[in-house]
Amino acid sequence: MSTLLIRNGRVIDPGSGRDGVADVWIEDGVIRGVGANIAVANAAEVLDATGLVAAPGFIDMHVHLREPGFEHAETIETGSRAAAAGGFATICAMPNTAPVNDSATVTSYIAGKAHQHGIVNVLPIGAITKNSQGEQLAEIGSMRKAGAVAISDDGRPVMNARVMRRAMEFARSFGMPVINHCEDLNLSAGGDMHEGLESARLGLRGIPGCSEDVMVARDILLAEVTGARYHVAHISSRHAVEMVAFAKARGLAVSAEATPHHLALSDSDMPPYDGNYKMKPPLRSASDVEAVLDGIVNGAIDAIATDHAPHPGSEKMQEFENCPFGILGLETALGVCLEKLFHSGKIELPRLVELFTAGPARILGINRGTLAPGAPGDVTIFSLDREWVYDVNKSFSKSRNSPFHGKSFRGGPVATVVAGRIVWQA
Amino acid sequence: MPRGLLGIEGLERGEIQAILDRARDFQPRGEHAIRKYDLLRGRMVVNLFFEASTRTRTSFEIAAKRLGADAVSITAQASSVAKGESLVDTLNTLAAMHPDAIIMRHAASGAPHFLQRYLDTPIINAGDGTHEHPTQALLDARTILDRGARLEGLRVAIIGDIAHSRVARSNVHLLSKYGAEIVLCGPASLLPRELAHIAKGVTLTTDMDEAIRGADVIMMLRVQLERQHEAAFPANEYFQFYGLRLEHLLLAKPDVLVMHPGPINRGREISSEVADSQRSVILTQVENGIAVRMAVLERVLSPVPEHVHAAH
Repeated sequence: MSTLLIRNGRVIDPGSGRDGVADVWIEDGVIRGVGANIAVANAAEVLDATGLVAAPGFIDMHVHLREPGFEHAETIETGSRAAAAGGFATICAMPNTAPVNDSATVTSYIAGKAHQHGIVNVLPIGAITKNSQGEQLAEIGSMRKAGAVAISDDGRPVMNARVMRRAMEFARSFGMPVINHCEDLNLSAGGDMHEGLESARLGLRGIPGCSEDVMVARDILLAEVTGARYHVAHISSRHAVEMVAFAKARGLAVSAEATPHHLALSDSDMPPYDGNYKMKPPLRSASDVEAVLDGIVNGAIDAIATDHAPHPGSEKMQEFENCPFGILGLETALGVCLEKLFHSGKIELPRLVELFTAGPARILGINRGTLAPGAPGDVTIFSLDREWVYDVNKSFSKSRNSPFHGKSFRGGPVATVVAGRIVWQA
Repeated sequence: MPRGLLGIEGLERGEIQAILDRARDFQPRGEHAIRKYDLLRGRMVVNLFFEASTRTRTSFEIAAKRLGADAVSITAQASSVAKGESLVDTLNTLAAMHPDAIIMRHAASGAPHFLQRYLDTPIINAGDGTHEHPTQALLDARTILDRGARLEGLRVAIIGDIAHSRVARSNVHLLSKYGAEIVLCGPASLLPRELAHIAKGVTLTTDMDEAIRGADVIMMLRVQLERQHEAAFPANEYFQFYGLRLEHLLLAKPDVLVMHPGPINRGREISSEVADSQRSVILTQVENGIAVRMAVLERVLSPVPEHVHAAH
């Protein structure tokens, strides 16, 4: 029997509405209880959380671990370590590996590798279509049985509306959400950054906001027809946020996530032609950033997800148009969100915690993101005021592509507990 | 950061004026037309062209030689780029040979800006993708000024494929800094609306007559088929709506200047009659290219301007 007692932290559990100083008692990897001055008889391991926040283990539902296939950029192990250092107890692995996770075999491989390393919980997301080519549906039911929690052709959105409709219908039979990276590939073709004044000034080809909007609109209409649970990945445009709010008002099972970078940075924040600011969707206009922040405040957006996308240094050390899309996100997510959402006064702490815990758990339909007795013993302990500077060269990730290198933060992760074990501590 | 020349946008008006003034000293005059100087004797510049170019490369080469510098020209096809070397590695290798400046043309917007962050050798941008072509704007300004006009308050129509034009962007920045009135004109698919906010004094129109009416200067742009990633405009309709013909000149000021960065496509964006007319200063632009590039090279390679010492 192993016991961990987290003492004297400010326990915030959005599921139960708790917000107050208490102890968290974990036994055999499971939450036993939360309360004041819990006395545990046998020699328990104790973690002092005085002056810190103790929350359910954070969940990042959008991570690229690159394994199998791109181990030079990241592995399940290095990505898991970066997740733990970012306060995440659970991460979802996007299927754009090589081979693509479009079968139970690959799903089992990812889940098995993650289990073997035993750092954080890794929940695979299966592909919507075979090889994510947007044509034939992947083996969705088998992937579900092998542990996949959702389906997505992230990065290669399903362009054929009929295929998307069938995918939504099929996923509904298994109670799985369909996650889409919303980008009309014809409208965005050749683009390298958000289409606007900055792209015109820099002479870079644009990815217009409408390339995201038209696909969000299409998918919401399909979600209504099919009754599917539909989730917009990394929402970034004003119109897309407004449409998700509209869908929710109609009572549809539609949800959305936002990345820390889309709520912190706009296209004009990019140092000229810096590949570490290049991702999809691109950093959009200041007005879009404002809309994403508003969506978090008013509830249109349900979760924070990082879209952690490692690329080795050599690939980002190129002409901007040749740099691949994507940036790291796991280790800076909480720091960025504390600054932009909490210290700025936009939302209260329980709402911030919800975006990292109960929000994604609800979307995925998993019994996590809560400190209720019997839930997995995952806890994220973080500080609200510790000053620290992000040094990407000390990252646990194999890659170094972060726009937040050298940035100072106020508050961030201090310890990550997974199934009652401290897997990382600052 | 080393003192190169990456673009017009980041320059102060005073710096631009200094280059334009100095270029005047280097213009051939009267009988003894061409002079050679030894202002940059012992200095070495590398012309690194990743994109086809005849006039700009030759112009830089001649400019360097007239100042007494040594110039080495490399084209991408002949270099290790063809063997898969990355841009950073290529430039680091060249920089290790200690040239005093690298003159660079590249098809990717921002390629020289990206490289300058990692390199101590000053880079002179000879055109980056669809971003800037600073020496073209400088030679255009020199050409306008040679005709006695001031840049302040001038009405300049820039017509053609604005979206893909580095010449347009550099000219917009330069003319705007002087308070000129700039009208950008082209089919809407080649005329991003955001460009109206890129600098002060810029307006947009899709109507060629409106752009030319009352213009002091008409700058025609080449239709860049190699940069068209899609059919933004039916090619065979282009000349009908956006080609410059003699009748257009009647709408402009009587002493209007017709300019073109070259190479010109006769019958596509400009009629032969206009290109060869008295109003055309296309060849003067080419001539001024050398003088302006001499002034730029001198500025980059010897930061403190000296008086001209002509080598007789």
